[in-house]
Amino acid sequence: MESKPTNIDKNNLVNFTLFLADSSLIMGHRLSEWTGHGPMLEQDIAITNLALDLIGQARNFYQYAAELITNQKDKKITEDDLAYLRDAHEFKNLLITELPNGDWAKTIGKVFFFSTWQFYFYQKLIYSSDKQLAAIAEKSLKEVTYHVKWSSDWVIRLGDGTEESKKRMEKAIEDLWPYTGEMFVPADFEIDLENSVSINVSVIKSDWMEKVKSVFQEATLSLPTETWMQSGGKNGVHTEHLGFILAEMQFMQRAYPGLEW
Amino acid sequence: MDEPKELEKFDDKIEQEIRIEPKDWMPDDYRKMLIRQISQHAHSEIVGMLPEANWITRAPSLRRKATLLAKVQDEAGHGLYLYCAAETLNISREEMVDQLLSSRAKYSSIFNYPTLSWADMGTIGWLVDGAAIMNQVPLCRASYGPYARAMTRICKEESFHQRQGYEILLTLCRGSKEQKAMAQDSLNRWWWPSLMMFGPNDDASPHTAQSMKWKIKRFSNDELRQKFVDVCKEQADILGITIPDPNLKWNEERGHYDFGEINWDEFWNVIKGNGPCNKERLQARIEAHENGAWVREAALAHAEKKKVLVNY
Amino acid sequence: MNNEPLWEVFIRSKQGLDHKHVGSLHAADAQTAIENARDVYTRRMEGVSIWVVESKYIHATNPDESESLFDPANDKVYRHPTFYDLPDELKYM
Repeated sequence: MESKPTNIDKNNLVNFTLFLADSSLIMGHRLSEWTGHGPMLEQDIAITNLALDLIGQARNFYQYAAELITNQKDKKITEDDLAYLRDAHEFKNLLITELPNGDWAKTIGKVFFFSTWQFYFYQKLIYSSDKQLAAIAEKSLKEVTYHVKWSSDWVIRLGDGTEESKKRMEKAIEDLWPYTGEMFVPADFEIDLENSVSINVSVIKSDWMEKVKSVFQEATLSLPTETWMQSGGKNGVHTEHLGFILAEMQFMQRAYPGLEW
Repeated sequence: MDEPKELEKFDDKIEQEIRIEPKDWMPDDYRKMLIRQISQHAHSEIVGMLPEANWITRAPSLRRKATLLAKVQDEAGHGLYLYCAAETLNISREEMVDQLLSSRAKYSSIFNYPTLSWADMGTIGWLVDGAAIMNQVPLCRASYGPYARAMTRICKEESFHQRQGYEILLTLCRGSKEQKAMAQDSLNRWWWPSLMMFGPNDDASPHTAQSMKWKIKRFSNDELRQKFVDVCKEQADILGITIPDPNLKWNEERGHYDFGEINWDEFWNVIKGNGPCNKERLQARIEAHENGAWVREAALAHAEKKKVLVNY
Repeated sequence: MNNEPLWEVFIRSKQGLDHKHVGSLHAADAQTAIENARDVYTRRMEGVSIWVVESKYIHATNPDESESLFDPANDKVYRHPTFYDLPDELKYM
């Protein structure tokens, strides 16, 4: 089998790869804000591990995207160009990743919803017709499996902990729920790549929901009622938060363009 | 056994380089000195995360971001190893943290200086971790077993920290004019505080003699400081930046570099709480602790509930 | 508030070796202790298996008794193979 299918739109492949890269990076970036401020030392270390895993995933995807673009445009592009020199409307990350960390419950909710999505997504992506993406998915899947376990345990602990922790967890879920919908609504570039390079995202929705339900049940939490779902991340239409993230993250590269660090 | 006999046995073990272990008899002052030193060391690791964590979200490349994160995370790990080592001396982590947050315990003053540029990530790795390693390597042979073992683990992990920092500076110094200026400015700000990390001069260091007698410390503050200056001068030359000390000169006779007088007034003031960031650093730790209180309570409450279930 | 208990962590560094004590940490329950141990003590591929034991359940010998417990083994050199004098020609023993 060929490593890269020839009949697919290269732009879509790039966008799809960037979507995965951006989602991991922004999530990892947010989690890294906890470093030094965790609720206990052991968890400070744990959440930094998650951040490191995610930034590692992002780098793998960016390096691949950079390679694709370099070949396409005949101009050398690096992982850092993609992370540091694109503006907010070019970022394709899921909105949930850019939301502020809030308290520990909100962060746990973010990690749980996102990692569970990543888990089922990568579980299918390992069969991608694109061997490079399949390989990255396979490596990432091991990490994400742990993220799901870690965050599930915390959802249960907080949901079935004290009255206060339950209240906070409920509030977090309520705030985050509207951002879970777009995970399962394919962008145009995904539709084009469906069942070849990419997966069928609507298929994993029920798996995701089942997992959420079972964890919530153990956590004595109830599932939010149907609500309006926010979307736009995959198409570059973001919340106000992303601009601030990028302003901070890209500051050095913007202030001192074109240098090695 | 009566106390004089125990003391004799203890002194004998120290003399013979036999490690003291948690349940062994030890003089009260030995225990106290260890608790003070180990917990101070642990606090330094934890507070020391803050100035660097400050730049994680602004790291200029993905590679730098990942390495800085891993480094700051290691510091959390080191704090944890040390708190655990101290806990074998019958003091709880909670108690030690409480001492830190209520300003009854000290931590290394260096972390009360601000990180103002990316170059500071390099300089901290090079000088601050460099000074720390110089202090810490002899502690791997400290007479108290759990401390020595924690230090061995820490030193092993720490070996990448200094290289990480030096590499940042090397890249800057080989880069543009403004990058090199950034590196120089950073060295100017961090050099003297780094020398202060070794503590007061030997004649003004009340604990040194006893600590060396008990083989907790192996070298005096001034000995280590001299060693540090000698090493750094050559490393600065490789970078091509200048150590901000007009009195820094090779002394053939001593076989060491002579260097200028440290501003001890500044040193004591930062210790007293008047450094540029003392308040922010402590505040950040207090907030993390307070914001985490409900999380810790929830984790315990949940564990209790599960225990009840298991017992049925 | 009462505090999260202390746990001792034992790690098997690779298949075929014993679990070895590496340090301790705090956690509310065993599950968390294992996860914490993974995050704290195996960041550099130090392990393939983890044990955790709540510190309070460890019973230890009393150092005061160490002379009576351990010194008596001192003069039992006949338990070691080198105690026995055999001719050099003898092989495989």
